[in-house]
Amino acid sequence: MAVVLILALLVVGSVLFHLLSPWWWTPIASNWTYIDSTLVITFWITGVVFVAVVSFMAYCVWRFRHKPGNRAAYEPENRKLELLLASGTAVGVAAMLVPGLFVWDQFITVPDDAAPVEVVSQQWLWSFRLPGVDGKLGRSETRDISPENPLGVNKNDTTGLDDVIVEGGELHLPVGKPVRILLRSVDVLHDFYVPEFRAKMDMIPGMITYFWFTPTRTGTFDILCAELCGVGHSQMRGTVVVDEAADYQAWLEQQQTFTQLLASGEPQPAN
Amino acid sequence: MVEIPAGSADAVPAAEVEDMDLYHPKSWWTKYVFSQDAKIIAVQYSVTAIAIGLVALVLSWLMRLQLAFPGTFAFIDADHYYQFITMHGMIMVVYLLTALFLGGFGNYLIPLMVGARDMVFPYANMLSYWIYLIAVLILAAGFFAPGGPTGAGWTLYPPQAVLSGTPGGQDWGILLMLSSLIVFIIGFTMGGLNYVVTVLQGRARGMTLMRMPLTVWGIFTATVMALLAFPALFVACVMMLFDRLLGTSFFMPAIVEMGTQLQHGGGSPILFQHLFWFFGHPEVYIVALPAFGIVSDLISTHARKNIFGYRMMVWAIVIIAALSFVVWAHHMYVSGMNPAFGFFFATTTLIIAVPTAIKVYNWVLTLWRGDIHLTLPMLFALAFIVTFVNGGLTGLFLGNVVVDVPLSDTMFVVAHFHMVMGVAPILVVFGAIYHWYPKVTGRMLNEVLGHIHYWVTFLGAYLIFFPMHYLGLLGVPRRYYEIGETSFVPPSAHTLNIFITVMALVVGAAQVVFLFNLIWSLFRGREAGGNPWRATTLEWQTPQTPPAHGNWGKELPVVYRWAYDYSVPGAPEDFIPQTQPATGGVTREVTA
Repeated sequence: MAVVLILALLVVGSVLFHLLSPWWWTPIASNWTYIDSTLVITFWITGVVFVAVVSFMAYCVWRFRHKPGNRAAYEPENRKLELLLASGTAVGVAAMLVPGLFVWDQFITVPDDAAPVEVVSQQWLWSFRLPGVDGKLGRSETRDISPENPLGVNKNDTTGLDDVIVEGGELHLPVGKPVRILLRSVDVLHDFYVPEFRAKMDMIPGMITYFWFTPTRTGTFDILCAELCGVGHSQMRGTVVVDEAADYQAWLEQQQTFTQLLASGEPQPAN
Repeated sequence: MVEIPAGSADAVPAAEVEDMDLYHPKSWWTKYVFSQDAKIIAVQYSVTAIAIGLVALVLSWLMRLQLAFPGTFAFIDADHYYQFITMHGMIMVVYLLTALFLGGFGNYLIPLMVGARDMVFPYANMLSYWIYLIAVLILAAGFFAPGGPTGAGWTLYPPQAVLSGTPGGQDWGILLMLSSLIVFIIGFTMGGLNYVVTVLQGRARGMTLMRMPLTVWGIFTATVMALLAFPALFVACVMMLFDRLLGTSFFMPAIVEMGTQLQHGGGSPILFQHLFWFFGHPEVYIVALPAFGIVSDLISTHARKNIFGYRMMVWAIVIIAALSFVVWAHHMYVSGMNPAFGFFFATTTLIIAVPTAIKVYNWVLTLWRGDIHLTLPMLFALAFIVTFVNGGLTGLFLGNVVVDVPLSDTMFVVAHFHMVMGVAPILVVFGAIYHWYPKVTGRMLNEVLGHIHYWVTFLGAYLIFFPMHYLGLLGVPRRYYEIGETSFVPPSAHTLNIFITVMALVVGAAQVVFLFNLIWSLFRGREAGGNPWRATTLEWQTPQTPPAHGNWGKELPVVYRWAYDYSVPGAPEDFIPQTQPATGGVTREVTA
């Protein structure tokens, strides 16, 4: 009968652990509170099912354990019960899926006023590119990468000349303004991951991926790489600072533009 | 449903089989080494799989030591750490679980449970094992090769898998891994075709498909899936080998590696992910379906009650198998593929929860009003249900696309898949070994050692993986050599890591008790007799235990009923073997 007791303890223990555990998600710093809500709905539904199934099982083991003279019932199937359970499950699944898809639709629909911010990854370093006064990022290409042009920005695209380039430093973002994070990798897969923003996305050489969010509180947050990228994976860290608008402007003005970067490097051979 | 009253059905006459040459082995070598007997091949597969699985177990210790005590062990540097996680994952998923369930249990149980003398192509079956062994040796050679084995993670994502920033990427490691997988798939195909054709063509008279035990249904369906899924991995491996060796660019776009422009261009890293997961997701069910089938039979036999809703159980297996081919991209929600795919794959993924839940309900409802014998196989089955329900439910987090976004690539994923496709199927493996060991060896496993093994393994594994979910919820990423100073990770998380590591060491050590039991009971175990569990299925009705070559002596068995006639009202015993004609008791066999 030890097993019945253990199963019961396991149910109670799991629930208590969930309620009392000091390990919970980080305080959110973006607009994706809907993601947290969907997660909470999922916790409730799955928690109830877990408790119900394991408790019922423990009850059965206790109630129908072998005693001399016992004989099991003979009941091959029960269509009504099976259909009832299947439909109940379908309803529970729908209750998780529908809000999930609703939030996903928002997640992949970037608002028109989201400002583009490019994150470029390489083994094992984060770099960033912000649009200059024209509000647009210039084209870029892995093939154009060279020591003096580390992000491979196209020199012939005039929209790129005023782009602000931050190499290996920290990224600043203004609070309350939606941003469209454009992700680019120059070597292997990486993943731009800031737990407080909830969003993450892989970065793939040869492609530009994206996600969007609105920072909702100021602060300094760790950037981690969340896609295995070689031996330096766990050392690939960065920092993102969410500023008030004025602080953000002050920071932005200190950064060098692509034109300045080119001027500071070796003299360019004339084409 | 058909009611068959006692004595109303005529006994099916035994097939008239001519005395045929069964190609009995003529020497010790052909009997025990190059054997064509599925039962010997099953043992060979199982021993090899468990041996390489023990290597993977030790690797998991080493990586857990690093996570709990970073920097304490000088020989576990970042290179080694990534090599350990890669080899641990690939060995456990492919070389242990797949090989053990299909090559081990499939070989032993399919011919015996369907009433065949052997697999239909015994020679190809023998080759299947030897090619598997070669694959294992190629894989293990990675440990001794210059540069060591690959450290690309078991998913082997390019471009990093073939570049110099990854251990083994520009050395032998990745080449040996890809070659080993290719060889494994060739060997598996030979075995797999055998299992499928034997189930379809080799069944005894009266053994209709809807009379087969769920064990056979599970292994059969998983094998069909494997035959359809492994080719995707095969081509992916060949293409990556070409990229690495011949300079092609299937998966390689333009890349600047450490400041150097590489001579690749135009390839798609995401293409590899699609190919890998088109194999990789069915792979989850290739491991799970045999476990589903086996656990159904363990529960039914040891609760002395028919499996509840047999037809629904069969259809659930088939539906899960079919659906599992259209859910693969749920591993890729944040891979950068077109995000619109998320709607489709989240929907298919969550739909698969319905047939899976039906299976869970039916296992538990089989216990309801049963006569539950708390034998070791039953205990392991109960532990399986707990861990599988837990792991299955966390799958609903990760399958629901938007909930996956914060959780993907964190320790939550590691905890989830270990619970659902590591711990749960392994518990079934143990239950199955305690259940069928008496048939394989003629002796029972020791009960006391078995109970020690059970409690430490079940509770220990739960204590390892249940709290681990919460590290992922906190945001701790997976595949991190060390988390180091990170603002959102409190010191208590390090304490939890130490706890998890200690439990992992304990659970690993408990497997020594199991191995000792396997060997000790071979010589000292209690004599089992032919049918110690008083089970209905054919493998327990063989004339000899262990069954001889050819399984059935002169006469093939004839099947008169389904596999679940336990506690039939009016029958003198609480089980009626499948070979017994319709006398004594009213059976309500479920037919299609």
